[in-house]
Amino acid sequence: MNTILTSAALICLTTASAAMAQPVPDPTDWDGVLAEAGGQQVFFHAWGGDPRRNDYIAWAAEQVQDRYGVTVNHVKLSDTAEAVSRVVAEKGAGRDSGGSVDLIWINGANFASMKAQDLLFGPWAEQVPNWQYVDVTGKPTVQTDFTVPTDGLEAPWGMAQVVFYSDAERLPDPPASIPALGEWVTANPGRFSYPQPPDFLGVTFLKQAVSALIPDPSILQHPVSDADYDAVMEPLWTWLDTLTPNLWRSGRAYPANTSHLRQLLADGEIEIAFSFNQSEASAAIANGELPDTVRSWVLEGGTIGNANFVAIPYNASAAAGAMVFANFLMSPEAQAHAQDPAVLGNFTVLDMAALSPEDRALFDALDLGTATLTPDQLGDALPEPHPSWMERLSLDWTRRYGVGQ
Amino acid sequence: MSATSSRLRWIPRLTLALLAGPVLAGVAGTVLPGLGWLPALGGHRLSLEPWRDLIATPGLLRSAALSISTGCGATLLAFATVLAILCACDGTRALGLVRRLLSPLLAVPHAAAAFGLAFLVSPSGWIARLISPWPTGWERPPDLLTVNDPWGLALTTGLVLKEVPFLLLMTLAALPQADAARSRTVALTLGYGRTAAWIKCILPRVYPQIRLPLYAVLAFSMSNVEVAMILGPNTPATLAVRLTGWMRDPDLTNWFRAAAGATLQLALVLSAIGIWRLGEKLAARLGRSWIFAGGRGRSDLPLRLIGFGLAGLATVPIITGLAGLAAWSLAGTWRFPDALPTAWSLNTWMRAAPDLAAAFAESLKIAAASVALALALVLASLESGDRNRERATGAAMHLLYLPLIVPQVAFLFGLQIAGILLRLEGTLAGVTAAHLIFVLPYIYLSLVDPWASLDPRYATAAASLGASTNRIFWTVKLPLLLTPVLTAAAVGFAVSIGLYLPTLLIGGGRVSTLTTEAVALAAGGDRRLIGTWGLLQMLAPFVGFALALALPALTWRNRRGMQVHP
Repeated sequence: MNTILTSAALICLTTASAAMAQPVPDPTDWDGVLAEAGGQQVFFHAWGGDPRRNDYIAWAAEQVQDRYGVTVNHVKLSDTAEAVSRVVAEKGAGRDSGGSVDLIWINGANFASMKAQDLLFGPWAEQVPNWQYVDVTGKPTVQTDFTVPTDGLEAPWGMAQVVFYSDAERLPDPPASIPALGEWVTANPGRFSYPQPPDFLGVTFLKQAVSALIPDPSILQHPVSDADYDAVMEPLWTWLDTLTPNLWRSGRAYPANTSHLRQLLADGEIEIAFSFNQSEASAAIANGELPDTVRSWVLEGGTIGNANFVAIPYNASAAAGAMVFANFLMSPEAQAHAQDPAVLGNFTVLDMAALSPEDRALFDALDLGTATLTPDQLGDALPEPHPSWMERLSLDWTRRYGVGQ
Repeated sequence: MSATSSRLRWIPRLTLALLAGPVLAGVAGTVLPGLGWLPALGGHRLSLEPWRDLIATPGLLRSAALSISTGCGATLLAFATVLAILCACDGTRALGLVRRLLSPLLAVPHAAAAFGLAFLVSPSGWIARLISPWPTGWERPPDLLTVNDPWGLALTTGLVLKEVPFLLLMTLAALPQADAARSRTVALTLGYGRTAAWIKCILPRVYPQIRLPLYAVLAFSMSNVEVAMILGPNTPATLAVRLTGWMRDPDLTNWFRAAAGATLQLALVLSAIGIWRLGEKLAARLGRSWIFAGGRGRSDLPLRLIGFGLAGLATVPIITGLAGLAAWSLAGTWRFPDALPTAWSLNTWMRAAPDLAAAFAESLKIAAASVALALALVLASLESGDRNRERATGAAMHLLYLPLIVPQVAFLFGLQIAGILLRLEGTLAGVTAAHLIFVLPYIYLSLVDPWASLDPRYATAAASLGASTNRIFWTVKLPLLLTPVLTAAAVGFAVSIGLYLPTLLIGGGRVSTLTTEAVALAAGGDRRLIGTWGLLQMLAPFVGFALALALPALTWRNRRGMQVHP
């Protein structure tokens, strides 16, 4: 039923976005937006599990307070869906303006869902001043979020790509492909695991595996249909059937999320971990969590990548202030600050060629840290499959591996 | 007197309305979406589709069975442990020690206790570190399934450890009203062993007073989310954890299934309470003939040793686990198999300090306001009952149970919509009101039995000496009930400090307390941060409990009959 509803919703949204009128406040009248934003309180709902990102948001909030008089309050969520459900609840109660969420850190399925339910304000993201620096050709995921067109309803504020990391002293020659990883796990039982789907990173691992195991991964770019689903997934299930008995805890328990996975590596329970944050290993080394011999690596043929976005709910109280903050997050200054590994180590969404020499110098001056790969080493990001695959995949995974015995 | 009684008469009704209104609205907001009705998400007509979806969920039966087995198992074990401890220690000096060790544990937030325990027993945890590399030879943590075991043993253990302090404190608060000390003296004189004396003479009179707290424990153990997420099985997880997951699913249509799941959870909890009630009846019938048989049970030393042992087992793991978290909050580098951090640092505390201070103040404000309101309402209701010779009726008592047995995550969604409609969300007043819903029943449940058991002859004697009803209330009843009142306040305080979902949903993220911040950070899984916030989160209610224990002891230091134990 869910699949049918999702596809129905996806059909609806293509028609809905065409009918959208110019939003108020109007992002093309930037002076008007700035005037309206002054003195506004922006409630930015963003996952609060990463202290470094929390510090970065606090820094950015301070900047827009000083420059534009916009007060940004970071509402720390333990799950982005909390903000989504809040907007849904407000819609249910008929509060179509004066809502409590002004800006959400969002992407992927949460975005697809809010867009399908008409819960977003805009389009605005491609009209704000700093959009001109965004690298729309080199980084196409800034305009397509898990294959769903953003249609200017969300603004990118950082790139994300899957990186693996492990202790180079213990594992000097890490497996460089999905099949090689499978062989390594068989040879080293109990020393690898992945977060339990439907965790975001866990499903990403499955998507990464399936794109490496099938002859033509481009099929994943189209909405899933029953005809090809079983055939496409067959190699993945075969591979997982061999992998699972040799996983950590023999696959009878799984880590909950990306942080739990990192903790397991820090405790020496597993040998190989991975993350959506390119500088996760460097950050963990810096605070003493991981030994300084840990290094990051990617798989041959690339790993899945996407962008982090911010979106404004349709009933936001301070849409103007939210746009000003989002615009600042896309500024060369904020992007360079975020890319500094001492701050966040999050790669920029901007096009270096579009920047002024002074702005480019901000990026050139950064030292990326020992365990962070350079953009060249990271290689090309594989595109995210269509969200409909993710749903079928995590449902089937649960049926096969998630309910035991 | 009639003037005062009519003035107070509306208070019990107001209290019930404040309690049941929001919960019933919330339940409606759970059951209806479970039947397909949620206009905000396009559900405009009733259907059984969500239930069909729910039943088709893989592993549903196993998840439901796990909720029942871990919940009922934990409640039975916690109850048995409390009995064993009291049989062994009641009337001895050991009880004071046990009480002092266990009471602070009540204040430990569930999530922090579970994290502490997980760190203790996991293969890379403290115990494994202490015995590695010598004598086990483990250079790496062994691949053993200790926490998250598919049978839910770790979860059951965690729940027992967390619920024993609550039950014990509730029982201790009820003991003076059951006239326990004198009963024991008589029984011992008649030649009964201590264990037999407790089970045969005291338990039958104490049990009715701790029945409600026991039901609350049962409902909580079956439907809790935090502990089950950290310690519980995950292939599959318990029903409560899974439906929380569906509610967080970005595919909003999953909410219908979650609502049906929450309705199922509610039905499971209600059935379990019903079965427990039948068990009570059976135990009473069997117990009566056993008591009348008159066995003295003199040689109960082995039993009492088990009781002492359990008292230790109930305290040591959580305290050690918390010590582990404290160590983590000060750890720089701490790798397996080092028993202690190799580098210490104050970094975590320094970084968190500004946030901690602000959240701490906010938590205290909300807790103090909601506890004061709840205490005033409950005491006024009880007093009104006395003056009007009304006892809470069966139906009214069932309404009281609602906030404790309806799975929070489900009824709060409906409540959130109500809060938005009333323009209360995002305000301190709104959050305090939401806390009141949870604090009130705990305070009421903690107080109703001690109040009912207060010997009415005190009031009669005072009245015959010419005291007014108001004076009797302030100078006789309240002082006599000081210990249970303060205990109830401390419980309410701890409940308020620990509330996560109500604060988050009604606060709309605009009210950040210790707990909302702690849980958000715990999502990052960093043991250092969890240690820092968990310790502070427990410190606040701890102060409450320390006061609840210290004040009566100070006030009644020259009144032997008012001591909890002679």
